This record gives sequence, structure tokens and C-alpha cells, in this order.
Amino acid sequence: MSEIWIILTGALVAISCGLLGSFLLLRKMAMVGDAISHAVLPGIVISFLITGTRESLPMLIGAGIIGVITTFLIEMLHQKLKLQEDASIGVSFTFLFALGVILISQFADKIDLDQDCVLYGDLAMIPFDQLTLTSGIEIGPRAFYVSMINLMVVIAVIVLAYKEFVITTFDNSYAKIIGISATLWHYVLMSCVSFTTVTSFESVGAILVVAFLVVPAATAYLLTNKLKIMLALSALFGLLSSVGGYYLATYFDSSIAGSMSVVAGFIFGLVFSYTKIAVRNTVQTEPILK
Amino acid sequence: MILQAENQVVDVHNLTVSYDNKPVLWNIDLTLPKGALVGIIGPNGAGKSTLIKAMMGIVPVDSGYVKIFGEALNVVRQKIAYVPQRESVDWDFPASVYDIVMMGRYGKMGLFKRPRKADADVVMDCLRKVGLVALKDRQIAQLSGGQQQRVFLARALAQEADLYFMDEPFAGVDIATETAIIELLREMRNDGKTVVVVHHDLQSAAEYFNWTILINTRLIASGPTPQVLTNELLQKTYGGKLDVLSQMQDIIKIEAFSVGHS
Repeated sequence: MSEIWIILTGALVAISCGLLGSFLLLRKMAMVGDAISHAVLPGIVISFLITGTRESLPMLIGAGIIGVITTFLIEMLHQKLKLQEDASIGVSFTFLFALGVILISQFADKIDLDQDCVLYGDLAMIPFDQLTLTSGIEIGPRAFYVSMINLMVVIAVIVLAYKEFVITTFDNSYAKIIGISATLWHYVLMSCVSFTTVTSFESVGAILVVAFLVVPAATAYLLTNKLKIMLALSALFGLLSSVGGYYLATYFDSSIAGSMSVVAGFIFGLVFSYTKIAVRNTVQTEPILK
Repeated sequence: MILQAENQVVDVHNLTVSYDNKPVLWNIDLTLPKGALVGIIGPNGAGKSTLIKAMMGIVPVDSGYVKIFGEALNVVRQKIAYVPQRESVDWDFPASVYDIVMMGRYGKMGLFKRPRKADADVVMDCLRKVGLVALKDRQIAQLSGGQQQRVFLARALAQEADLYFMDEPFAGVDIATETAIIELLREMRNDGKTVVVVHHDLQSAAEYFNWTILINTRLIASGPTPQVLTNELLQKTYGGKLDVLSQMQDIIKIEAFSVGHS
């Protein structure tokens, strides 16, 4: 039974990441996702220290706030101080992440959090944290429900604000001129990325969530030039990576999240080779002289 | 030589814009008339693009203000359309020609709303005007430079605005597209729309525009084209750089006349 919960939770995380990752990729901000996933760490620790529980809601809020602060910091360094964008990302997230690491080691005796858990997650452990009804019946792992709610929110935001996301991604200044706030939708997207990262951190960890944000979206981008299909494919590749990764991990008895990322990379490699071969074939069938 | 327009649609007052504390536009003060085809002319780095961006309120302004149709920008935003430089976006974006032109309708649709039949009709009509109906489902990455420029033009037309700003719409397009675009711009002018174009080709400027702005960080001239495109004002705009060009023009003129007179 726990097997299904683990696969489902991994899949929910992967789909959320795949959808958001597509927009990050097209905005050339894939590494901002990386930055946020690391930078939320102090937010998690501080919420934990304040509330003293591993309840999801306070952590979500704490990490969500830090996530938005991170994007704000990156924007400020880049726009106002004219620092290169990659340097701005590097400065902001390493600082915040390091702050989180120090906080954890400082208060290690008070909190039930350790760096390994935060960095690498532990999908195998999620079935032990069950959500129980008042009648005492266990209805499934908490992480599963948290991930599901997160996915529903992500889908709702993308469906509702689809055209706003599309136009601010394709042509930022044009969006401003026709009265669609590029800044607002930037922060909406980044908040979604922050929340998704936090809900995922328990299951896949802060490092491997980046694989889910970038790799399925990059794979989908190779295959299509229609955005809606790209979103669907990205979600599908996320799903395949998490299912395939689980069985790979069980077979080799190794890290589940690690295996999921490996499968995601493997699918990317397959698709990449396929597109290379497909392109070569179309070139060959085209007449050289017209 | 700054002439004030009657029937003003754009009023720029003491506008100063700078990047990194270096002034790009210095104390610009001008007005533009309704129903004009306006050319903004000046050397590279003169602040031409910045001027239209400041008029549309997308670059921070150090001082001064811009009024459009006598109102603040935010009030009349729905009446303003924009054709950015072609290089300003990533054409590998996964979208079709139709998708991009539909973006012109987004501002009018409102938050969370989806395109209706009326929007689709406007988009098709605009695609027809720029001659892209046959390519409407084509991915934008697979278009030529001229076709990409037409897509941007169709998107601006789909806004059904009264005032159009265009940043170098003739840059890097084939002669057929250039002719098609200028025909369209003239039609728009005749319909009472105002079109402001950043332009770099002096040769065609006199033919295309009936109102011309000459800038080089400072405003050199603004007024009806025949009064503005004079040798003296062009010299002032381009400084020494125009010498070679104008001498060549003189030579061409003399040769043309000598053939005619002999």
C-alpha cells in the first residue's frame, strides 16, 4: 500500500514542477527555480522555530515569503545594481541557503529537521506520517494531500491566468503597455514555485526538486512548439520519471528521489537523440537542389 | 525649430530620461497632431526608442510628463498600441502566428477572461490586412524577418487603438514588406489614427512621414516634414557624421540635373 502512496506523491510533485518549470524555462529562469528551492530553507527553519511543529501550513507561509524575497532580491541586484543575472542568482540563494544551514546546525537539538532530510528528501518515509481522521482512521500520508492541494492550486492558477502568463513570458514590455502587470504575474509565478518547492522538500528534497522543475520541461520543449502540448508533455515526463524512478530505486535498493531524477535525465537523453535523428532524416529527404 | 501641433494627441513636457545617470533624453518638449504619420529620426544612440518607450510609460522618467489625448497614460492605455523591435523577443517561443496576434486582444479582454468570437474575428481581419491568413497556424520560429514584423503589426492592429508606436518596423525587412507596411500606415492615418514610427533611413523619411521629429538626446526639431527635413537641421542632428552622406546626395543631385539640362 505504501508503495502506491510514494509513487502518487512523487507524481504529484513532478507534475506541479513540470507545469511551472515550463514557464520558468520559457522565461529563461530555470535557475531561478533552483535558487528558490534552496533559498526557502531559512523560511522553513524559522517557521519551525516559531511554531515548533512540522505542520505544513506555517512552513508553507514561511518558505513562501522567503521564496518571494529571493526573487525580489535577485531582481533588485540585477535591475538596480546592474549585476549580471546569473551573479545575482548566485549571490542571493547561496546566502539564504547558508543562513538556513547555520540555523539548522545552531538549533539542531531543538528541531526535528536535519540537513540530509532537507537536501535529499525522503520519499520512503512519507507513509509513516499519516493523516488521521477524528474517528482514528488513517486516510493516507500527509505529504500526499499537501502535494495534491498544491497541484490543484498550481493548475487553477495556470488555467485562470493562462493568457497573463503567456504574454508576460513572451513579451514583457508589450504586456505592460496593454495594461497587464508583468511584475505582478512574475511574483505570482514565483510564489507558486516557492510553495511547490516547500511542499516537495519533504518528499524529494531541495536539490532534486530542481531536476523536476527543469528536466521534464526541457524534454517537452525539444518535442513541440505548441505551449499547451509542452505543458502536457512536461507533466507527462514528470509523471513517468517518478513512476520509473520508484521502480528503479526498489530494484537497486537506492535513493528514490535520486532514481527519479536519473530517469528524468534518461528520458531527456532519449528524446534528445530522437530529435537529432528525426532532424537528420528530414534534412536528408529534402531535395538539395530545387 | 519646435512647432506645436493643433489637435494634439501627444503632449510631452520637459521630459528627461537617463540610464546609469547618463541622460538619454534631455528636456524634450513637443506635441504631436491627430491623424499624423510621425517619423522619429536621429543617429544611433540618440534616444529614439527611449522616447517612444517614455511616451508609453515603460521606462522610468527623471522629470517631466507625458499626456496622451490630454489624459494620464493609465487612463488611456487601451487606446495605445505598440510594435516593439523584432529582436526584443525570443521567436523560438512555442506559439503560432494566430496566438501572437490574439495577444493584441488581451488588454481589452480583462483579467481571467478568454477570447470570444468577436476577438477571433478581429484577429482574422488583422491577419488579412497584413497578408498572413495563409500562415496563421505557422509556428513563429518558422517565419522570415519580414513575416515576423507583419505579425507584430497585426498584433498592434488587433488592439484597435487610436495611437500606434512602432520601433523600427522597417529594420531588416524585404522591400515588399516595407511597401505593404507603409501602405497600411497611410490607410491608418487616413482613418484618423496617429502613428509614431522610429526610423533610421533618411532617404525614405521625407516620402513616408508628414510630421518629423529630429532628436539627438536633445530635441532638435519637431514639425511638418518639409519644414523639418532641411540640410541645416539634419546637420545639427547628425553633427559631423552627416557630411559624407550629404555630399554624396549633392553629387547625385548635380549629376541628375546635369543630365536633365544637357
